[in-house]
Amino acid sequence: MSELTLTVMRLGFLAVLWLFVIVAVQVIRSDLFGTRVTRRAAAVQDRPPPRPQAPPQDARGGRGGRRGQRGAPTKLVVTEGSLTGTTVTLQGQTITLGRAHDSTIVLDDDYASSRHARIYPDRDGRWIVEDLGSTNGTYLDRTRLTSPVPIPPGAPVRIGKTVIELRK
Amino acid sequence: MSSSNTSTISSVAAPSRRNTELAMLVFAVLIPVFAYVNVGLAKEDSVPAGVLGYAAGLGCLAAVAHLVVRKFAPYSDPLLLPIATLLNGLGLVLIWRLDQEPSLTTPALGGPMAPGQLMWSAVGVGLFVVVLLFLKDHRVLQRYTYISMAAALVLLIMPMVPGLGANVNGARIWVRIPGLGSLQPGEFAKIVIAVFFAGYLMVKRDALALASRRFMGLYLPRGRDLGPILVIWGLSLMILVFETDLGTSLLFFGLFVIMLYVATERTSWIVFGLLLSALGAVSVASFNSHIGDRVDNWLNPLARSPLNDGVTETAQAMYSFGSGGLFGSGLGQGYSRLIGGIATKSDYILATVGEEMGLTGLMAIVVLYGLLIERGMRTALAARDPFGKLLAVGLSGAFALQCFVVAGGVTALIPLTGMTMPFLAQGGSSVIANWALVAILLRISDTARRPAPAPAPSPDAEMTQVVRT
Repeated sequence: MSELTLTVMRLGFLAVLWLFVIVAVQVIRSDLFGTRVTRRAAAVQDRPPPRPQAPPQDARGGRGGRRGQRGAPTKLVVTEGSLTGTTVTLQGQTITLGRAHDSTIVLDDDYASSRHARIYPDRDGRWIVEDLGSTNGTYLDRTRLTSPVPIPPGAPVRIGKTVIELRK
Repeated sequence: MSSSNTSTISSVAAPSRRNTELAMLVFAVLIPVFAYVNVGLAKEDSVPAGVLGYAAGLGCLAAVAHLVVRKFAPYSDPLLLPIATLLNGLGLVLIWRLDQEPSLTTPALGGPMAPGQLMWSAVGVGLFVVVLLFLKDHRVLQRYTYISMAAALVLLIMPMVPGLGANVNGARIWVRIPGLGSLQPGEFAKIVIAVFFAGYLMVKRDALALASRRFMGLYLPRGRDLGPILVIWGLSLMILVFETDLGTSLLFFGLFVIMLYVATERTSWIVFGLLLSALGAVSVASFNSHIGDRVDNWLNPLARSPLNDGVTETAQAMYSFGSGGLFGSGLGQGYSRLIGGIATKSDYILATVGEEMGLTGLMAIVVLYGLLIERGMRTALAARDPFGKLLAVGLSGAFALQCFVVAGGVTALIPLTGMTMPFLAQGGSSVIANWALVAILLRISDTARRPAPAPAPSPDAEMTQVVRT
């Protein structure tokens, strides 16, 4: 057997061995579990009319938010509960929380209602939390909400076992 | 922007990753086949005739193991089985490659060993299947805590029984079974004793962790709590003195210290363990001639020895690592046959790896062992019950210690001891015991990663519970 073939096989074998190691590390990397973000685009396609309207509203809200206040919060962070560590970027959209499958943040919590609360920006770009008539209530810093209230940055909002905060 | 508006965030459990495992397994079977062809081309200028049979044999073992895992442990870790298969396959190729050297296949040395090793691997996979079939839940093992202690003691003492034990190369760790061949009970004892340590420490860990005094930044345990560690220390010293086997003794004591540390989170146990093992090793090495020789060879590898043409095996292993260099001489083109004796295929198989695959290949093998151990530790982290956690730590710790003892011995980092590199080295007991070990780890990881029982079909329809104040 020629020297060249053997050299190629020798280096090829080492390359294949390391390829296995690298693939194994990739498998470990992808072996994460925790939270999942699913796009709901497919489900919305069968009713197209609302979609074109939605983006302009959002865009207005988002721009208003950015123009209105300099230090406006940019993300929502879940600090307690089964979704701990999840962040959602605030871009002027309404965020719904509850056990219902179509909520933005789906809570797996017996103490949360199907449609528990929502968080949305008002015209000045402040973020408002509103309780949607939930059974156990939504708490902002230990006070139970009775009406829509703006969320100060860093204040904990408690829903069942889940606590969320707005951060910059 | 609109896409973020239509996204949902919810928690998910770990998916079953059997297809990933299958793909990795195919890869893990192809690499040894490639190596086999490579050895044949280098040694005889032709593709070896047995390549199809060999590929079919390894492929069948892997397929059976995979199907059993798919059926009986569907959520278990996807990497444990492929890595074990790859290491076992590479070990078979290396043993077959050493069988091609006429000086190593003399009848006095036992003739060719690859067919026997393939048979032992098949028995090992058989035991793997049996463990997965009959061990539905690893917590069952907890009931056998003290029975396994007795079993481990019996297994450890067996080689010392006259007429049953056999003295091979100065170490008395073999048991001869008439008509069947010989067996190394220490390999099986390591699994059984991990079960005992896990069950025992799960019950006693609070007493060991909490009842202590603080002294110079260390938590000192009470005198009477020192009992177990002293008993195990004494036992491993007995193994060292009467079986003259440094490896087994280090494995048991090290395993106990690791599990004690994991169970109690007290660094003081590690300090005690290191002190005790240093004390024991130094005192035994100073009066036991066999262990003393090993230490001498380790300290002065280049000194002339009366055996083996005046060159120590340690020195020869170092020469083969050196001649391998960065990329190795190529499979089938090294001279590790010069190490001589039966140890080339068992204890010194890493020297062949180092010479023919170079530092690059040796590192890949070491990383593969590391990944296997990492998956075991990850299983321990994911396990929900304390017994499963401790057992997974114990099994992967035993595996890690064994790898360290062998690799450290061959590379002259520590004195060499008679132990086999798991899966890679020739040795029936070792390959069978390690397949069983992997099966138990797979069982624990299946339990750990299995999604929690499904919630009620539609959470929307379910009533919200009311907080009572």
